[in-house]
Amino acid sequence: MKKFVSMLLALVMVFALCACGSKTEGGDKAESKIKVGFICLHDENSTYDKNFIDAAKAACKNAGLSEDQYIIKTNIPEGQECYNAAAELVDAGCNVVFADSFGHEDFMIQAAKEFKDVQFCHATGTKAHTEKLSNYHNAFASIYEGRYLAGVAAGMKLNEMIEAGEFTADQAKMGYVGAFTYAEVISGYTSFYLGAKSVCPTVTMDVTFTGSWYDEALEKEAANKLIAGGCKLISQHADSMGAPTACETAGVPNVSYNGSTESACPNTFIVSSRIDWTPYYEMVIKAVQDGTSLDSDWTGTLKTGSVVLTDVNEKVAAKGTAEKIAEVTKQLEDGTLHVFDISTFTVKGETLTSYMADVDTDADNTGDTEAIKDGYFHESEFRAAPYFNVQIDGINLLDQNFGS
Amino acid sequence: MHNKVREPLFHIVKRDTLPWYQAWGIRAIAIVLALLLCALITTLCTHLNPLKVFGTMFGGAFGSSRKIWILGQNLAILLCISLAVTPAFKMRFWNIGAEGQVLAGGLAAAACMICLGDKVPNALLIVLIIAAGIAAGAVWAVIPAIFKAKWNTNETLFTLMMNYVATQLVAYFVIVWESPKGSGKVGIINQSTEAGWLPQIGGYKYLLTILVVAVLTVLVYIYLNYSKHGYEISVVGESERTACYVGIKVGKVIVRTMLLSGALCGIAGVLLVSGTDHTITTTIAGGQGFTAVMVSWLAKFNPLGMIFTSFLLVFLDRGAGEISTVFGLNQSFADILSGIIIFFIIGCEFFITYRLSFRKPAKKEAAEHV
Repeated sequence: MKKFVSMLLALVMVFALCACGSKTEGGDKAESKIKVGFICLHDENSTYDKNFIDAAKAACKNAGLSEDQYIIKTNIPEGQECYNAAAELVDAGCNVVFADSFGHEDFMIQAAKEFKDVQFCHATGTKAHTEKLSNYHNAFASIYEGRYLAGVAAGMKLNEMIEAGEFTADQAKMGYVGAFTYAEVISGYTSFYLGAKSVCPTVTMDVTFTGSWYDEALEKEAANKLIAGGCKLISQHADSMGAPTACETAGVPNVSYNGSTESACPNTFIVSSRIDWTPYYEMVIKAVQDGTSLDSDWTGTLKTGSVVLTDVNEKVAAKGTAEKIAEVTKQLEDGTLHVFDISTFTVKGETLTSYMADVDTDADNTGDTEAIKDGYFHESEFRAAPYFNVQIDGINLLDQNFGS
Repeated sequence: MHNKVREPLFHIVKRDTLPWYQAWGIRAIAIVLALLLCALITTLCTHLNPLKVFGTMFGGAFGSSRKIWILGQNLAILLCISLAVTPAFKMRFWNIGAEGQVLAGGLAAAACMICLGDKVPNALLIVLIIAAGIAAGAVWAVIPAIFKAKWNTNETLFTLMMNYVATQLVAYFVIVWESPKGSGKVGIINQSTEAGWLPQIGGYKYLLTILVVAVLTVLVYIYLNYSKHGYEISVVGESERTACYVGIKVGKVIVRTMLLSGALCGIAGVLLVSGTDHTITTTIAGGQGFTAVMVSWLAKFNPLGMIFTSFLLVFLDRGAGEISTVFGLNQSFADILSGIIIFFIIGCEFFITYRLSFRKPAKKEAAEHV
């Protein structure tokens, strides 16, 4: 009994302390300074989250915010923890909260419904344009253009290896490690493939999925499996260093994502596409400071500086890669070239002339918007997040691992 | 000739039961030592003021009323799972399958929410969710129990393996229910209708969970200490042969206790899926099925003591998260600090049960030999 009483006393003391703590919290809320919160699924060890965190820091610095005017929360899972993190950021005085992972979306919407005077911006999500909340926004970038450019670099490398007699043109096969099997990944690997195909017409590609955004062992294993299956070049859309390091060990060229992996893989890294979130963050921070409204859906492009390529690793890349990328970039920018030009790919041997895309997300992926007109598939135009989910010829799915 | 056996520097001697204040004194010393070591490591590795780091940890757990609510909810769920494994542990039945039992309960709750969300009235739906969750948890726990009772299979391995089966089942259903297809996430279930969501009490999101678990804690305490069932459990735990001799049907007790264990895990699953998260993922239990083992052991299977051990672990976890946010340190550093503190706390139990008896001052002996 005595033990129980002493425990009870300890608990009372603890709660007394909390009471003091909460009082001080309310005091500094009155300041009208801007404060920005960021929610990340993982931490800097994930290339994807590192890309976000770097952009967050850069944007805050460019906007002249001091260290205590932004908070970055890492390792926030896609569950109630995300809602809690968002709410805690609001409590800490944030006027705008960003989240970086697809699965954070519903929990950000929960928070947006509750805290109406705080702006919630969610990267890669799909629901803002249908939820119609004035303080909830989605953003993405036309990263398929970046991947197409990276694909061009990959195709040129394959051509170089064919010329060097390492393998014949019909053996030119690439491998791709994807995370999940929905539009964001499908759009990514298809544009990468089309980029390679534009310079190396005989190329084919094997794709395998890990069912996780970050699983270093699985990604490594997946890359090794692809290499063993005869893939001459690997790219990936998953967030660890698993695939790039597997390539470095095996000596197979790698086209990376989310940023340069050159320092860890100097002998195999060719180039990497990534989304630079800095322009978006700066725009949102400015809008919140000025009190102007934000679009429910925002697409960054090559022009806004949101889709970027790292420097080409001249040691590995084929000769003239950088020049070719610059040339194709220009064509994409002035609209003379479209990534999903229907004359460049077929579906089950036929040209795709009509496709109803699932723009207003629902559980069954029901198509609701005609995406093909003027001879190409209009990606990221009806909403920012990708909706191209067509399986085209030349790409072979090895498996369909959806979950853990 | 020195063939005299040398006496070692110290002996380990089992103590008599310590009075409570001495035992808690030892624990307090352990915590102080742990904090000192943490402070040292913090200063050496990060050059931060350790007092500031500890303050931040405290702030992370109690910094605002919302943080206290979150702490309360986390504590309640961990405590609920710990309560669930305790009757089995007291019986010396090593149920390390709580993770899977929680997932099974959560999966059943999610299935009801998704499949019946728009078909039955909400009140009935909630009753169905609770019933299905408890039943699923209980079934998941009773399978290894029956095997143990009938064929004396190894329950540790069996319950552990059942975790993986449950995880894969959830992974499968996530694919069935995912939205959009291929994304690997179910998202918030019935976000617009809130069908099958457990009600909020007075606008407090987590109050219901906390109240439910508070009641359960008292009930389990009474069940274990003042009921015939509870007595049977401890007899079976002490010695199965004794239990047989006094006419307790051991198999029956095992199955009955595991049904209870699984049902409590099922409740934890329902509270998570239907009460707070409103989604289902393979990681929704977050390893708490295993943390609960530690909570239960540290409290020596006393449900009231578990309030404090689960509080300690949740406090460390919440504090650790805050450290990584405020100081921009990697989460791993916060985990190192938590690890040190837990290590000392577990280690000090050794000194409560045993004491070191040092060699008597060697002067006398030395004098004799001269």
